[in-house]
Amino acid sequence: MQGDGETVRTPDQPLVDVDGLVKLFPIAGNVFRKPSGFVHAVDGVSFRIERGESLGLVGESGCGKTTVGKLLVKLLEPTSGSIAFRFTDAGGADIPGGRVDPSTLKGRQLRDFRRQVQLIFQDPYESMNPRRTIYDTIAEPVSVQGIGSALDRVDRVAEILSLVGLTPPSAFLFRYPHELSGGQRQRVAIARALILEPSLVVADEPTSMLDVSSRTGIMSLMQELASGLGVAYLYITHDLAVARYMCDRIAVMYMGKIVEMAETEELLRNPLHPYTRALLSAVPVPDPGHHRPPPAISGEVTAPVDPPARCRFYDRCPLATRSCETSPHPPVEEKARGHVVACYEA
Amino acid sequence: MAEAGGRDSAGGGRAAPILRVEGLALRYLTRQGDVRALEDVSFALARGESLGLVGESGCGKTSLANCLMRLLPDNARLTGGEVLLDGEDVLLLSEDEIRSVRWRRISLVFQAAMNSLDPVYRVGQQVLEAIEAHGVETTATGGRERVARLFRLVGLDAGVFERYPHELSGGMRQRAVIAMALACDPDIVIADEPTTALDVIVQDRILRELKRIQEELGISIIYITHDMAVVAEVTDRVGVMYAGRLVELGETASVFGSPLHPYTEALMSSFPSVTGAKRPLASLAGEPPDLADPPPGCAFHPRCAHATALCREQRPPRVGLGDQWAECWHPLAADAVPLGGD
Repeated sequence: MQGDGETVRTPDQPLVDVDGLVKLFPIAGNVFRKPSGFVHAVDGVSFRIERGESLGLVGESGCGKTTVGKLLVKLLEPTSGSIAFRFTDAGGADIPGGRVDPSTLKGRQLRDFRRQVQLIFQDPYESMNPRRTIYDTIAEPVSVQGIGSALDRVDRVAEILSLVGLTPPSAFLFRYPHELSGGQRQRVAIARALILEPSLVVADEPTSMLDVSSRTGIMSLMQELASGLGVAYLYITHDLAVARYMCDRIAVMYMGKIVEMAETEELLRNPLHPYTRALLSAVPVPDPGHHRPPPAISGEVTAPVDPPARCRFYDRCPLATRSCETSPHPPVEEKARGHVVACYEA
Repeated sequence: MAEAGGRDSAGGGRAAPILRVEGLALRYLTRQGDVRALEDVSFALARGESLGLVGESGCGKTSLANCLMRLLPDNARLTGGEVLLDGEDVLLLSEDEIRSVRWRRISLVFQAAMNSLDPVYRVGQQVLEAIEAHGVETTATGGRERVARLFRLVGLDAGVFERYPHELSGGMRQRAVIAMALACDPDIVIADEPTTALDVIVQDRILRELKRIQEELGISIIYITHDMAVVAEVTDRVGVMYAGRLVELGETASVFGSPLHPYTEALMSSFPSVTGAKRPLASLAGEPPDLADPPPGCAFHPRCAHATALCREQRPPRVGLGDQWAECWHPLAADAVPLGGD
């Protein structure tokens, strides 16, 4: 697999290619017994992310979106399925060791992988060590990677601080997280993620803890940096309105499955899956004159513990037919260009 | 003072207000100095009305709720104003007297309500306890029937009585907490971020349910939230808070249609929507002020694009347009006129 690919330029090959990803979590049985069942957190998920693209992963709590993110950054190992990365240089040409299957990585290769793929967490209050200064927090990945001298690092951290809008850097370098506001902390988290110039950043609800006024600033900062540095995002969020601004494409997840995926405006204007429709019509609209009918969906989300083979959405679906009950979960089909849906009735 | 104006604009000429807050001021004594959590807050709430209070973290909206409930921490000092419930000042009541008001006339759905249920007691028992503690029902069967009625009202089935909080979904727990807030037939319910931790589909259901309950029982609801979209959908009037002050108040449709205060406009234009054309989001530079050391003049001036020397030096006057008013030197509508009073 390595020998033939390294020198060939294949610009149409995506940065990330996820195929049939599955992650099951065992439910503890009695001591010494085998598990009493499995939570199908991620159940056959496939998608691609192009270089510099922002893919939104949207769904309600428990739909598996965070698990997908953790699998991608190798904080979890998949039960089955494959993840393939293809890291390239700025010109899109292959770099040595640029084709990566994270499940096989060890040692030096793993360290290289960690440089290419970074994570931004939801809570800027919990994701930083309160006893370390902003400089320590941001410089840590650089020193772990053994890049540059100590002096270079100060310059580099100062540079990235001004890049994320914490200016003048000297006013922030040696402060502690508790001295900063939520928005400023999230800027530090972004600086820490970007200082290694990664190819992919997995951002898990990066703005959901922030106030409205600082949220917009963080959103536009992430967009500017992505286009400036060519970073791709897997942007995990429950908020479709935020996803609209942050993502080129959106994938909607329900109980471990991607039920619909399309370019952002196409998905919002022309949702095909009944779950996407329900989700969209449940989003409040900041316009007092707008009348929003209740979403067409019944019941509540249940945990996907050993779910039946039929469509995961069957129990809550307004379109469900008898054949939906007896057929397996519908395959993902392309209904329009780049617009895929997993539904027999859509 | 602004009394006459306040009274007339209460509920836009509807029934006499059930609650009137006048010039409320609250400080927290801290080692860093006095934090001015609330400063000169005045508004009225009509019977059956829903009023939204919006603002960012630290703007004083939860402090205001705690004042109305008289649930204040030891370091809090009320330094002025009155809270008139049917004409009686709640702030002057003794600890004993307030017990006949708190929960029985004004109740609160806490923020993070999911965590406000005790994990080791059955849900029904907790609601029952609230009813018994306030002597609303004295017999065991009367209490149980009341819980059953409350559960029906909030859309929980009777079986939930015997369940523990961890067995319920987030939405069901939220319903149970709402049932608890309604246990003593209050006139006013304060809902402090009632749906913030919930998924949108569940949020939609809870908000519709609250609206239905409000119409059924004729109660007034004060929604405290940072979510402009929720406010747009569920409230009749909205008050915008910034740095401990109410900076704008008016009918929700007018405030959204033509905001007077630049902060209100900034809040609205930074809020994304899934419908309509995709417009660029405005962002607001800077951070809210330190309330231990608020800036002179208008507290919003360091972040305001319209700020002038006047704004930096003097407290802005209250200016109005019909039922809508704002505290601003340079209101966004040219025809807004200064209101009499202070």
